[in-house]
Amino acid sequence: MGDVTMRIWRGDQNGGQFVDYTVPEVEGEVVLDVVHRIQAGPAPDLACRWNCKAGKCGSCSAEINGKPRLMCMTRMDQLPTEEPIVLAPMRTFPIIRDLVTDVSFNYVMARQLPPLKPRDPEPDGTYRMQQVDVERGQEFRKCIECFLCQDVCHVIRDHEENKPHYAGPRFFIRYMELESHPLDTNDRRELLRQRMGIGLCNITKCCTEVCPEGIKITDNAIIPLKERVVDGAYDPIAWLGRKILRRTKRSAREVAADAPAAYAPTSEDLGERRAVPETAGRA
Amino acid sequence: MSTIEDVKPVPVTLGGVRGGPERRTLRRDRWWASPAFTYAVLTLFVAYTAWAVFQNADYYVGVNMHRDLISPLYSPCIMGSCVPGAHGTFLVLHWWTITPAIFALSVPAAFRSTCYYYRKAYYRSFWQAPPACGVADGHARYTGETRFPLILQNLHRYAWGLALVWNVILTIDAVMAFRMPGDGGIGVSVGSLILTVNAIALWLYSLSCHACRHLCGGHVDQFSKAPIRHRLWKLVTPLNGRHMQFAWFSLFMVVLADVYVRIVAAGWIHDPKLF
Repeated sequence: MGDVTMRIWRGDQNGGQFVDYTVPEVEGEVVLDVVHRIQAGPAPDLACRWNCKAGKCGSCSAEINGKPRLMCMTRMDQLPTEEPIVLAPMRTFPIIRDLVTDVSFNYVMARQLPPLKPRDPEPDGTYRMQQVDVERGQEFRKCIECFLCQDVCHVIRDHEENKPHYAGPRFFIRYMELESHPLDTNDRRELLRQRMGIGLCNITKCCTEVCPEGIKITDNAIIPLKERVVDGAYDPIAWLGRKILRRTKRSAREVAADAPAAYAPTSEDLGERRAVPETAGRA
Repeated sequence: MSTIEDVKPVPVTLGGVRGGPERRTLRRDRWWASPAFTYAVLTLFVAYTAWAVFQNADYYVGVNMHRDLISPLYSPCIMGSCVPGAHGTFLVLHWWTITPAIFALSVPAAFRSTCYYYRKAYYRSFWQAPPACGVADGHARYTGETRFPLILQNLHRYAWGLALVWNVILTIDAVMAFRMPGDGGIGVSVGSLILTVNAIALWLYSLSCHACRHLCGGHVDQFSKAPIRHRLWKLVTPLNGRHMQFAWFSLFMVVLADVYVRIVAAGWIHDPKLF
């Protein structure tokens, strides 16, 4: 076997450039293996985030030949080696160093996500759910929070100004999981419409294309959420039906008066940009 | 209960230096091929349809050729200007003087243009937002589907409901195509088969629609309490997974059916009776 050249982005917030590293090709390797050999050889100071090397921790996200992928799940023999293999950090998030980015944006969005608010328990004090009621949401729990879907989403990748009001695909699947939860009583549709940017998504399905877990983010989460938002905000017949059947919801103020706030971020949340919260996104 | 006022917005720190070079993309594969192909096919379809709509002729093969074939681009044909035999009997709009295809195409156009699959297709290929994954969209501002006119995409379910009515009409057209008026009785011709496949394709496309999936049962949180809606949802879900294929296949069939009816009506070929 010959040599392989990796063209890796080296730099930090002060700037950077691509640097070529040529190492011997080894059969059966993934991109992360080659990065580790470069760290062990010519570039011991190369920064790269990784953990499990099994596609389950979601740490080693990067852009390989321009495509957002996990380095540990990208086999070298699937990449063309006639030209250098280009390795860059995720484009959507600010760089820390080399291949490591600051993904705190995702934790800010996770903290604003109203958690499960279950209905009253049954008389014996327990909750019962049928398998048929919970299996739809199980697909979404495969998410490993690699944030490749957030990275590839052009709503924030190409438009930084959208970040304050766009939760992104990773959190849309969480919203869908909770919205379709058989016990949940929270209604997040107006939150999604007004502040979490469900209308900004134009369903071009890049999030689904890059998901290493194969979650059908667009078909099973984003579009169903959009349709639920239509039910609540845009469908005149649904509105009329609610009026006639008197299925009016309590106002948010009434609810807030006798219920604890779903989530109230503390001032510390705003300062600790790189701290991972205890309940960040996963429940 | 609503949560919109329960959740306090958390400021997002904007800016920060991004890694990687300032290039549109680092992709080296042929990412442009798929949007270019979609662009070409949709442009051809729109150009052909525009031409066919304003022909206002050769859209019906009638009793003089012992057939009852109508182009899907002109059905339902309920205008007074429709050729004899093509229009319905219950409702005739005599005041409509322009080509009847405008009316016939209004609902399919609304359905396809707001379809979740076609939105992906034309946002990528025409709007370039984005042209491909990991390729910058190049627009200075982006508001998605939050403002007029794109906020109207939210009414897709109404276009879907009307499209079902159109499907019923085109299905009746397909059934009527097995009549051989003046030739005696019932038979199967190439034209009747094409209109039948066209109707089946349109049903598959409509029933695989995301709005259909939502209305069938996607809006339900507790499937165990709604077994019929759950069953419907489970029937529609596998179709929904092939929505893209049905979208293209039905589009192809509409064009094929129109071309076939057109060349038969123009006398270029005779519609062969198979049995």
